[in-house]
Amino acid sequence: MTAFLALIDRDLRLAFRFGADTLASLLFFILCGSLFPLALGPSPDLLRHMGPGIIWVCALLACLLPLDRLFGAELEDGSLDLLMLTGPAPAAVAFAKMAAHWLTTGLPLLIASIPLGIMLGVKGSELPLLLAGLAMGTMSLSLLGGMAASIVLGARRGGVLLPLLVLPLATPVLIFGAASSYAGQLATSPAASLDLLGACLFACLPLCPLAAGQGLKAAVG
Amino acid sequence: MTTPSDFPPPPTPGRLLDVEDVTVFRGDRLVLDGVSLTLDAGDAMILTGPNGAGKSTLLRTISGLRRPDSGEVIRYGALAWLGHQDALKPGLTLAQNLALAEKLGTTRLPDALDALDLTHLTDLPARLLSSGQKRRAAFARVMLSGAPLWLLDEPTVGLDVASIERLGAVMAAHRARGGAMIVTTHVPLPLDNTRSHELPSLAHADSFWLS
Repeated sequence: MTAFLALIDRDLRLAFRFGADTLASLLFFILCGSLFPLALGPSPDLLRHMGPGIIWVCALLACLLPLDRLFGAELEDGSLDLLMLTGPAPAAVAFAKMAAHWLTTGLPLLIASIPLGIMLGVKGSELPLLLAGLAMGTMSLSLLGGMAASIVLGARRGGVLLPLLVLPLATPVLIFGAASSYAGQLATSPAASLDLLGACLFACLPLCPLAAGQGLKAAVG
Repeated sequence: MTTPSDFPPPPTPGRLLDVEDVTVFRGDRLVLDGVSLTLDAGDAMILTGPNGAGKSTLLRTISGLRRPDSGEVIRYGALAWLGHQDALKPGLTLAQNLALAEKLGTTRLPDALDALDLTHLTDLPARLLSSGQKRRAAFARVMLSGAPLWLLDEPTVGLDVASIERLGAVMAAHRARGGAMIVTTHVPLPLDNTRSHELPSLAHADSFWLS
């Protein structure tokens, strides 16, 4: 357990040390979201209607950006060999990296989605629901993305393969997440979508680290 | 984390490692052909052989990173690993880089740094260290582990004569405490009573195809 926390602590230190990498996905998220008003026209009704969907798709894409380096950097400098040999169990190593990914990418995205949401005309009363959905959604994406990153680790052109692997897996999260965020606008109950979104998260929670652990073992072998 | 109970009891007291008839393929190429060796407490084994003879592959197989295609590797104790790369994050200080190893190990960080003459560099970011200093920092991680079996892949790369002497003293102390090590190296190490294991080059062996 101490090794698990030490690993997260180390990753957070690295993220702060190289703030530009962390900021890149955040800026990508905001810029990407700001492009939609430019392309769709400034109609407030249209933007308000599309707002939650835009935020969800942008968050999904922004989560993908740092995945390439999540395990890649560890493999290249030999740290992964050490972690596999003397660190915690491979699945715990993978889970620690996924948790660090969420803390350095998912959490900032969550905070940045507030100004982006307001900019797109999402009402203040609808924001808590959007944030609750996004919180679960970004956690699921960190888990799924970490799994995919460990599977393509060491493969040639892994960076190209990665989105092709993550995006189809992330569709249920996107569907239920966006559906829950639209409940406020459509005056329906978000309960069913949030339940299913939570189910996605709780399915990912044990399965993704286990699969990723095996991927990491295969990558160093 | 590994505890002593994770390991089988040794067949003879002091036995740390049995490698039995290990064969490893890389793709369709035979890299290791029926390698057998044993290691007891206090042993220092030097792996020799031309480039590409499979020294690093043998170390990776012994460590468990790689599974042998046939044969068996049985370890009777924990191991510490020094790979080709130093596994230091350039943005973190030396102390931060070694923090995880210190948490998992049994040796105190100041002791290890002192033995390798790194104390004055503790708070320096790793990117400012020279390659020899980085190599010593990676070696400090091996000392921190407190594991009896050391697997060292080219520990002397980039080291000056004084540092090699210091490394030799650390290795001798480890053997005196009942540890053992397998080392690949191209330069002579200041160690006495070493055993050596020569790996033949299999580069010209016929590659055979798995249908």
